[in-house]
Amino acid sequence: MQLRQLVWREAFERKNQLATSFFAIFLGIAAIVSIKSITFYSEKAVARELDALGANILVLPKSASVQDYYSADMQHEDFPEEYVSVLTMSDLQGLDNLSPKLSIPIEVRGKKVTLTGILPKSEFQIKAMWAGAGVFSLPAEGCGSVAVVPDAFKPPVQETLMRKRVIDDLGDNEALIGAEVAALLSIREGDEVEALGKKFRVTAVLPQTGTVDDSRIFAHLHTVQELTGKGHVLNAIEIVGCCNAIAGGLVQKVNKLLPNAKVVTVTQVVDTQIKTNRMMARLSFVFLGIIVLVGGASIANYMYANVFERRREIGSLMALGAGSGLILRMFLLKALLLGLAGGVAGYVLGTVLAVTLGPRVAGIIVMPMPILLVWAVGISVLIALAASYLPARRAALLDPCATLQEV
Amino acid sequence: MKLEGVSKSYKHRGRLVTALDNATLEIHRGEFVAVVGASGSGKSTLLLMFGGMLSPSSGRVFLNGHSLYDLSPNQRAEIRRDKIGFVFQTFNLIPYLTALENVQIPLYLAGRAPADQRERATNLLHRVGLGDRLDHKPAELSVGQQQRVALARVLANDPEVVLADEPTGNLDPDTSEQILRQLDELNREGRTIVMVTHDPRAAARAGRILHLNAGRVLPQGPNPDSSRPAGEPNYAVVEGARR
Ligand SMILES: Nc1ncnc2c1ncn2[C@@H]1O[C@H](COP(=O)(O)OP(=O)(O)OP(=O)(O)O)[C@@H](O)[C@H]1O
Ligand SMILES: [Mg+2]
Repeated sequence: MQLRQLVWREAFERKNQLATSFFAIFLGIAAIVSIKSITFYSEKAVARELDALGANILVLPKSASVQDYYSADMQHEDFPEEYVSVLTMSDLQGLDNLSPKLSIPIEVRGKKVTLTGILPKSEFQIKAMWAGAGVFSLPAEGCGSVAVVPDAFKPPVQETLMRKRVIDDLGDNEALIGAEVAALLSIREGDEVEALGKKFRVTAVLPQTGTVDDSRIFAHLHTVQELTGKGHVLNAIEIVGCCNAIAGGLVQKVNKLLPNAKVVTVTQVVDTQIKTNRMMARLSFVFLGIIVLVGGASIANYMYANVFERRREIGSLMALGAGSGLILRMFLLKALLLGLAGGVAGYVLGTVLAVTLGPRVAGIIVMPMPILLVWAVGISVLIALAASYLPARRAALLDPCATLQEV
Repeated sequence: MKLEGVSKSYKHRGRLVTALDNATLEIHRGEFVAVVGASGSGKSTLLLMFGGMLSPSSGRVFLNGHSLYDLSPNQRAEIRRDKIGFVFQTFNLIPYLTALENVQIPLYLAGRAPADQRERATNLLHRVGLGDRLDHKPAELSVGQQQRVALARVLANDPEVVLADEPTGNLDPDTSEQILRQLDELNREGRTIVMVTHDPRAAARAGRILHLNAGRVLPQGPNPDSSRPAGEPNYAVVEGARR
């Protein structure tokens, strides 16, 4: 016989009564763990998206949405290419790089892809940036010296080489192919593709980036403009702006310069997601409050009832020579077990929920987060102990003879 | 064991109920004392007081020369653990533990190792004739068997003093007889026994009978019916409150 055994036997004997308290804390912890896991990975996804974007300001046609930009679904809207020179000629500080683009949906060998016209040099200056680190993880001093960054962050050698070559070489009838398109059409470097009636030589298949770029074919901006017959128009300008300048109102200034275009920052692009994350974080606080209140109250209530029900047994133990310390420990150990069980079980359920629901609800892959186990067990043990302390003390201070007299 | 001018009164709905009234008495080591009296005369109160479970309103209670109620509650618990065994009319076994585990409790409280506890508890249950009921819970035992488990539990820590409150109150004559025989045996081993009882035949086995009447201890000599010699000094040092 040990204290453990004593506590365990009693808990098992009256497991139905224990169940309510257990479920209160178990479900509360599960909710928090799943919310926390999903939020964590969702935040990570946001950060990745920001990274992948490469630019942090977008100039779009007035009526286009950010979703349109992502799906390259802006063929009906465009703005004049002069906007680029408006920007470059202006005295705006903090515009580190401009990348004008014209994207149109086309069909190649019966498959739908996006043809994007770029001005090669600037395009790749931007892209080289994100290969090393995200725009947003650049230190503030990095502002204004974007071109140096790629070397500092050492992107894979092969990629660097390939990029250098295409920056210099992208000619009128040359094209770069995104990894997905290449796979879809089984195109390799050196092949020819026909788009909008013009033959392009594929100078490179771009490495997989996990972004919309994978499903694009890049050609020279002016070639694409010619093929569409729309003249010198664009439907997006990607801008790498200095972080400080953005904070200082760069977006508004660009907007003033180009009143007929829509200027957004990429933080706005992922704004809804960021808002969702913030709401989830708040929600997890609400749940925390709920388990502290409901779980705590349920445990305290159960413990008081348990002490009352067992007062005779407590009296017997005291008659046998148990001191008040032992009685206190008996109830607190039970609370500890309850907290441990609730925390571990809650972590498991919460993680399973997050992993299975994450992709469906938030469109992200969620992995188990062991750190949350520590956190879940800590919280639930703390609640269980705190809620049980007063009942346990009452048990310890019971008058042994009063409990025995009432026959 | 000694009571010195002990009174106990309860406050009940504003009225003072006197359960024990200025009792002074002494019980010697190895005595077998029966406490009799009408219901409500204060017998259980007296027993609980000897056991360090109930503090007197006034007066002092001594065990081996120590004033029990000048000790802290936890020190009294230690004395109960080491020196006193309680037997109750309702047994007070722990319902969710088996017979074996119930007997292990005092051994656990005394800090014995689990293997040691099990061995000693098994022996004790064999001794009270329950060697084949080790794994039964109280609800799976007959009433008489439950009382025997309680007795084995009392014996676990080899107490000097056994305090029994109507140990046979719930039992049929045959089982009562078994329990009383066990108590006799404990007394022969040199333990002091104080037994509250309503049963004159049970009281007749004691070396001395204490009569309680409305909280007062009546003076009484040795039990003339006793079938065996009582403990050491066979006369009671009983003084009622009437002095
Ligand atoms: N907790 C209590 N509160 C108030 N009065 C009490 C309490 N316990 C006992 N009493 C009173 O004290 C008196 C003595 O009670 P006690 O239990 O000692 O009697 P008893 O001799 O054991 O009776 P019985 O033979 O019925 O068990 C009774 O009048 C009882 O009503
Ligand atoms: Mg009584």
